[in-house]
Amino acid sequence: MAGYKGNRIGPKKFERGQIKIYIIIAPLVIFMLFPIIFIINHAFKPMDELFAFPPRFFVNNPTLDNFKSLLKSARSAGVPLSKYVFNSIFVTFVVVFVGIIISTMAGYALSKLKFRLKNTMNSLNQAALMFVPTAVMIPRYLIISGVKITNTYWAHILPLLAIPTSLFLIKQFIDGLPDSLIEAAVVDGATQWTVYRRIILPLIKPAIATGIILSFQQAWAYLDSSNLYVNTDSMKTLAFYMTTLANLNNLVAGQGVAAAGSLIMFIPNLVLFIIVQKDVMNTMAHSGIK
Amino acid sequence: MKTSKSAPFLFLLPYFAMFLVFIIVPIIVAVGLSFTNFDTINTPGLIWFNNYINLFTRDSIFMRFVLPNTVTYALIVGPGGYVLAFLLAWAIAQLTKIPRTIVALILYSPSLTAGTALQVLWRIIFSGDRTGYVNAYLIEWGIITEPITFLASSTYLLPIMIIVGLWSSMGVGFLAMLAGIMNGNDELYEAGAIDGIKNRAQELIYITVPTMKPQMLFGAVMAVVNTFNNGAIGVQLSGSNPTPGYAGQLIVNHIDDYGFIRYEMGYAAAVSVVLLLIIWLFSKVANVLFTEKDEF
Repeated sequence: MAGYKGNRIGPKKFERGQIKIYIIIAPLVIFMLFPIIFIINHAFKPMDELFAFPPRFFVNNPTLDNFKSLLKSARSAGVPLSKYVFNSIFVTFVVVFVGIIISTMAGYALSKLKFRLKNTMNSLNQAALMFVPTAVMIPRYLIISGVKITNTYWAHILPLLAIPTSLFLIKQFIDGLPDSLIEAAVVDGATQWTVYRRIILPLIKPAIATGIILSFQQAWAYLDSSNLYVNTDSMKTLAFYMTTLANLNNLVAGQGVAAAGSLIMFIPNLVLFIIVQKDVMNTMAHSGIK
Repeated sequence: MKTSKSAPFLFLLPYFAMFLVFIIVPIIVAVGLSFTNFDTINTPGLIWFNNYINLFTRDSIFMRFVLPNTVTYALIVGPGGYVLAFLLAWAIAQLTKIPRTIVALILYSPSLTAGTALQVLWRIIFSGDRTGYVNAYLIEWGIITEPITFLASSTYLLPIMIIVGLWSSMGVGFLAMLAGIMNGNDELYEAGAIDGIKNRAQELIYITVPTMKPQMLFGAVMAVVNTFNNGAIGVQLSGSNPTPGYAGQLIVNHIDDYGFIRYEMGYAAAVSVVLLLIIWLFSKVANVLFTEKDEF
């Protein structure tokens, strides 16, 4: 095997051959990064730079004015910003926490327990990977008003609890654990619940991290509930409040506030992803649909 | 292994209860409603396929704008974004660890901006007066003399939606494919080299793609879903439903228009069913392309 210099995937050290890859991807990376750098700069621009003509990309004298006006604008609208923040944090926390518990439980059963309809349920969930919530916004609206949970936190929380992608990834990850672990515990007299809590949960941390990020992204940015199922302003979420700012952005001054708002929406997502990115990549290795 | 009879069902109950109420039942209700003239006020009457017949024969807005826009948008952002995601994943898999992680993060982060951030960001960039960034630079470089109202223009709205759609298309599917490529079997590449594979392109076609078909399929389904999840993008960018001259009207906006603006929910449900069928069709194509055929 004279000519084989080793697989080029995942190289350990830098080689000259990699330079052309950097050159090819550079324009795309810049295109992807540009808008994000822009929004960060825009959020910190003082009034005179927002009005500047020609407009400047980078901020010269960064200020927190936009964030301060954001606080003020919420106060003058009658509902304090802190109420929206509380609603969003509360709803997101419950969705993530409960969502993870129910999908790890289901994932364990679908992967390791034996019962009738197991294959049917797996293929049902796999088919639901292609489910697009906006396609059924009308029936969901009817169901939510039918069970009389409009204008409650339930309307924000319940529609987001079952996320097929999350269950699928968790189930695939559990498939990778050896059966012998569970069998040994059951021989020692452990119940299925103990196996789930003491053996499965500690071993699937990467999949849990991935499930957390998927739930978090959906819950944090979820707008359907505030737009359709909840009418009281004080029950709506931060994501909704931010869209009302965006609609005001014909005024140049409003742009800075809207940019500050979208930065606030974006940063938690990014930070969370950076923290768990290693676990996410680990889980994704099991993501294939066979 | 001894399993108590009820244990599996207790484990499955909470998830599948939610799954049933918010995913399965809504789909069934959508199909049921699509055969009625439900308008939230009068008692709904059964009108069988009339909604579908009207949709395809009388709804000129659907046939002239919504359907062509949706197909154009979906074909470019779906498969286009998918191919782009795969090629980028493949390219950066050939970099060392730290730059690879940083580039992956940069490529993935736009998909995190979905919703509000996306809306604000691009509306400022494409703002229709001289203070809009694209306008200001085009004027400064002498390409145009008067600012273009990009987001209110029936010529530019759809292309801008496609650019923004592609920009935010490197989501979960991209990560899955990157992981799939990174976990490729080294021995296969070595065997390939012995069998006469000479360059990266051959390696890609004969080894990388066949070994990661399951991830390719997952990525494809995620690409389709992501495309249609962003279906309200035209309304978000232009700030009005219907979009100017229906130029950015996608099928999701049509559902919203009939369902929550005109309250013709039976008709809107028929549009929803058509959307679900389109998504199913796209995923079916992906299935045919990436399922291991030798198993059958």
